[in-house]
Formats: sequence, C-alpha cells, structure tokens
Amino acid sequence: MNYIPNILFAIALIVGIGFFANNVRKLIRNIKLGRDVDVSDNTSQRWKNMAMIALGQSKMVKRPVSGFLHIIVYLGFIIINIEVLEIIIDGLAGTHRIFSSIGPLYGVLIGVFEVLAVLVFVSVIIFWIRRNIIKIKRFWANEMTSWPKNDANYILYIEMVLMALFLIMNATDLKFQAMENGNVISQYLTPLFSGLSEGTIHIIERSAWWLHILGILAFLNYLYFSKHLHILLAFPNTYFGKIVPKGQFKNNDVVTKEVQMMMDPDADPFAAPPEDEGDDIPVKFGASDVQDLNWVQLLNAYTCTECGRCTSECPANITGKKLSPRKIMMDTRDRLEEVGKNIDANNGVFKEDGKQLLDDYITREELWACTTCNACVEACPVSIDPMSIIVEMRNYLVMEESAAPMELNNMMTNIENNGAPWPYNQMDRLNWKNE
Amino acid sequence: MSEQIIVPTMAEFMAQGKHPEVLFWVGCMGSFDDRAKKVTKAFVKLLHKSNVDFAVLGTEESCTGDPAKRAGNEFLFQMQAVTNIEVLNAYEIKKIVTACPHCFNTIKNEYPGLGGNYQVMHHTQFLKSLLDEGRLTVEGGQFKGKRITFHDPCYLGRGNDIYEAPRDLIRKLDAELVEMKSCKSRGLCCGAGGAQMFKEAEPGNKEINVKRTEEAIEVKPEIIAAGCPFCNTMMTDGVKSKNKETDIAVMDIAELIANAQDL
Repeated sequence: MNYIPNILFAIALIVGIGFFANNVRKLIRNIKLGRDVDVSDNTSQRWKNMAMIALGQSKMVKRPVSGFLHIIVYLGFIIINIEVLEIIIDGLAGTHRIFSSIGPLYGVLIGVFEVLAVLVFVSVIIFWIRRNIIKIKRFWANEMTSWPKNDANYILYIEMVLMALFLIMNATDLKFQAMENGNVISQYLTPLFSGLSEGTIHIIERSAWWLHILGILAFLNYLYFSKHLHILLAFPNTYFGKIVPKGQFKNNDVVTKEVQMMMDPDADPFAAPPEDEGDDIPVKFGASDVQDLNWVQLLNAYTCTECGRCTSECPANITGKKLSPRKIMMDTRDRLEEVGKNIDANNGVFKEDGKQLLDDYITREELWACTTCNACVEACPVSIDPMSIIVEMRNYLVMEESAAPMELNNMMTNIENNGAPWPYNQMDRLNWKNE
Repeated sequence: MSEQIIVPTMAEFMAQGKHPEVLFWVGCMGSFDDRAKKVTKAFVKLLHKSNVDFAVLGTEESCTGDPAKRAGNEFLFQMQAVTNIEVLNAYEIKKIVTACPHCFNTIKNEYPGLGGNYQVMHHTQFLKSLLDEGRLTVEGGQFKGKRITFHDPCYLGRGNDIYEAPRDLIRKLDAELVEMKSCKSRGLCCGAGGAQMFKEAEPGNKEINVKRTEEAIEVKPEIIAAGCPFCNTMMTDGVKSKNKETDIAVMDIAELIANAQDL
C-alpha cells in the first residue's frame, strides 16, 4: 500500500496546527501585556452572557438583515466543520468516508452540510454585495482602507472557495454519489463533470478534498492576522465583558488610597510608604500606551471584527467628528501587534521605540470628542467596550499631562473651588427656593 | 419673582432630631441653571403635593464629581465623592432622589465603592413609585392628547437600563407618546455627556444636539420630554436653532406632571 498521502496529510496537519498553536501562544502573551484586572466575580452571569451573546447571537439580531445572514454563516461554519473530523480520520487512516458506515444518519448529516454550504455561499455573496456594491456606509469609513478593507473581502472569498470545494468534492465523489445517501445538492453538480473520464473526475475529487482541508488549515492560521479572530475570541470576550451597569466607571484604587490619606487627619504626610507596597503601584495614572490598559481591553482589541456598528451609532462620528470607536479598537490592536513584534525581535523584552498609542495612533481630538454615551458599548455584538479605553486615555491626559482642553480645566477648577462646574458660590446653592 | 416655597434642609431636620423619608439631591444644574431651577421647583411641588417628607442638603451639597470623572480627572472626582459621602453618612442618609441622571448614576454606582451606600432613585422612578402607592395622582390636564416624544438620557437609559418609568408617567397624562427612530437603548445622545457640556465640540459637520433635535422634529411632537437638565438645555438649544420654539416645547417630566395639575 502507498502511505505517502497519509504521511503528507499528517505533516500538513501537524504544521497547520503547530503554527496555529504558536499564534495562540503569541496572542495570549500579547494580551497578558495588559494590566491585571479582577474578573473572577459573578461567574454565573458571565456564563449566561457568553451563552446569550456569543453562542446565542442575541446582539447580532438587533440588526435583522445582517444578523440573520450572520447566523446562517455562523451555524454553517460550526456544523459543516463536523465534516472536518471525518476528513482528518480519512486522511490519517487512508480510509474513504469512514462515517458512511453509520447508514441513513450519515446521509442526513451530509445532506444538512450540503444545504448549509449553499446557504453560507449565498449569504457570503450577499455580504460581499453589501460591502462592495451597495457600499454600506460603515464599511467605507476612514479607517476601512488598505488592509482592513482587503481583509474583509479575503475572508468572504475564502469562505466562498471553501464552500465550493466542499460541494465539488461531494459532486465528484462517484462512490458517494452512487450511495445516493445525502447528496441532496451535489447530485445536481455531478452532471457538470459528466463529459470527463472517471480518472479525471477522481483527480478533481482528490484535489477538492485536499484543497478543502489545506484551505481550512490555512484559514485557521490566517485568523491571527485578521479581524476574523472574532470567531474564537467572541466567546472569552463576552464572558469577560462588563457586567455592572454601563454608566458605572471603575474607581481607581490607587487614587482612593491617596484621597484617603489626604482626608485622614491622623495621616503622617512625611511617612515613608510601607515596605510591602512598593511594586504594585502603577507608575502612571491612565493609559498612554497599550501596556497601561488592562488585559480585557486588549482582548477586546483582538476580538473586534471591525463591523462598525459602534461607529455607526456614535453621536460624535455621526456628526462628522474624527472619533470612531472602531478605530480606537483597531489602533489598540495595531499598536499591541507592534509591541508584540518588538518583543519578538528583542529576545522577549520590549525595547523603547519612541512610539505610543496616544498621538502616534489615537489623537487627542478623537479622545475629547467622546460624550461617554455608551452607544458604542451597547451596539457591539461581542461586548467590546471602546469607551473605557477613551476614558483611561483621558485619565492619562488629565492626571499625568494636565492636558485637558482649557474649558475643561476651568470647569474642574470651579468644582475644586466652588463645588460646582461654574463659578457660583456654594453658599448660593439654595437661593433657587426664594427666586 | 418671589414665590417662596418650603424647602427643608437636612441641617434643620437634624436640629429637630428627625429623619426625612428621602433626600432630594438637587445637583448643580438644578441649583444654578435658570431652566433647571424650574424643574427643581416643579419636583418640589410634587413632593409637597404627595406629602413626601423630604429634605435637601442646601449649601452642604457639592458637585458629585461626575463631569470631572468623565473628563478624566479621577482625583478630583474622588475628592468630591469622599466629601459628599462624609456629609451624607453623617446625616445617616438612606434614600436619595435626584432629577439629574448624572448625579443619579454617580451616587448609585460609583459611590458605594468609596463608602457611600444609599438607595438612589431618579425622579421619574420616584414619581412612578408615588403614583403606584397612590400618593400622587397624574392627570392629563393641558397635555391630554398632545404628541410627546421622550428623549432618553444616556445615563438613565443605556447607563442604567431605565426606560419605562418616564414613559409610564407620560402615558398617564393621556398624551400620545411617540418614539423617535432611535430611542431607548439606541437613543442618540444630546451631546452634553462626558463633560462635553462645558466645552466646544470638536470640528465636525453638525452639532450633536441639532442632529438629535432633527430626529425629534421628524416625529412632529408638540413637546419633547426630557429627564435630565443637560439634555433639557441641549434640546432647547436645538429647537431654537431650528426656529421651532413656538411649536415645540422642551419640558422635564416633573414639569409636565406639575403643570398638568396647575401646581
């Protein structure tokens, strides 16, 4: 017997999965560059969120058309991938359609796969038309040029090709066609190849089979470089997403300690800090670079699939301001990638590169345009919180650089001096009752 | 104008050794802004009408720190918060009502972590509870059959998932409640939040409040109902910029209920 195909298959599988494992390792390493944050609370609510939002697509369907199409592609991809299990066993063992021995159920399964493959194919074409012909606005915003724009189309092409290969593979599998068990769609494609010799048809079948599995392995490794990473990260991201009311912003514990010190009449202002807390105090307030963000925010950045629902709901963006919550997430990921490559190139240690997230990626103008209205957070189908990054970068601007716009500095001075954002005297606070 | 209304302070309550049922947190807008002061008074009238035993902090009240926090000044926010919490805890406050969603959100969500734990209600929730308890009656009066649209304040709606209390009150007026195309969880911001109220907007092609006002005008309301003093200002300015101030009034829900009863 000839074992060469089996060996080649095993090698392809090992290389494909090996590269993927390496990508995942790098991904986790990069995400862990963020500050620590405690997300161990309320696990039942978190599992529920993951089940509803990621698995159940509850936020996707808020926009019915894209939501419906997305569910088809999502279900199609998950279910059709059951077939990959058979392909792997066949490939390694040199068998042919090993599961076909289970009888009619096999036909039902393959039949469902074939129907889904067609539905996915059609949905992906509609996605492509929405993106490239109808030119839906959110796909053509300023940040959606070059790689982000191409990436989106490449994903659609890859999906079309994979679905086509799956159907061709079945249509040209003459033994499978002879079984008449589950070839609900492919039987109509078989006549297309009727003019060819049995040998040629077999070659086409083998090619489609190989390209299908190699394509899947390649796609798996494409994920790390693509916005398509959301198919994996949507699950952890919805689990770790915000579970307190959206209006609630985190209180900074370091500031709390300082304020308590200031308010405590017994505190000794000249006391040396206690020994045990030298290291874990962050050197700066807020965020000017990705390492200053927490790891959930960095996970957010890798999860973003650039759908732009956030930006299309953002009041600042709608009225022509530069701020785009999607760009905040894309910039964060791009900078994180840059930092990750820097670490790879310098034997595991980040070498100062004179760049940061602030100014080199995200401008101050963008940051100050946010109304903190939470529309972006509400719109995100996978629980990303762009607003928290904006606020942490404002924290940096105000508390480290004192670089708030002049009017805001006036407002803050007023609060400090008069307890109100305007220059009114606190003693006049009750005058309204006599007016 | 000298329409004196009775507004007891916590200090007065304390002196008599009494505790009010609820503390009315007036907020900076409610204390100083001419338009918002009218809302404050309307709400006070409703409190009296419903025989609610309430008090205000008066000159002991200070900014919650919300605009400082949203602008990025965590330090100033926490200074304000801790100072306010000291006052509130000294008076052993249990329940707070406020007509400002920003004060509401900050005290309800961000004060507990700093030692301030209170039951906090937005005035629309509080009025709804008075209605449910039979302490307040809401009549249509002059607003019967009027087309009213409600503009969701971000920090009440999306921020805290409160969408129905204000709408229930409007429906009680026998008014025709019409919804804008983006409402409730998808409601468009008025443009004031995140400390934007205190600065010029960044360059763009439109002011956010004008955009929101256009959305309101699309549903041809006679009244735009607000539940936030900042939204009220922004929408009032928006209506003026469209020269519609004779056709469309911007009113807080407390004003609607109080005016309907000629209070």
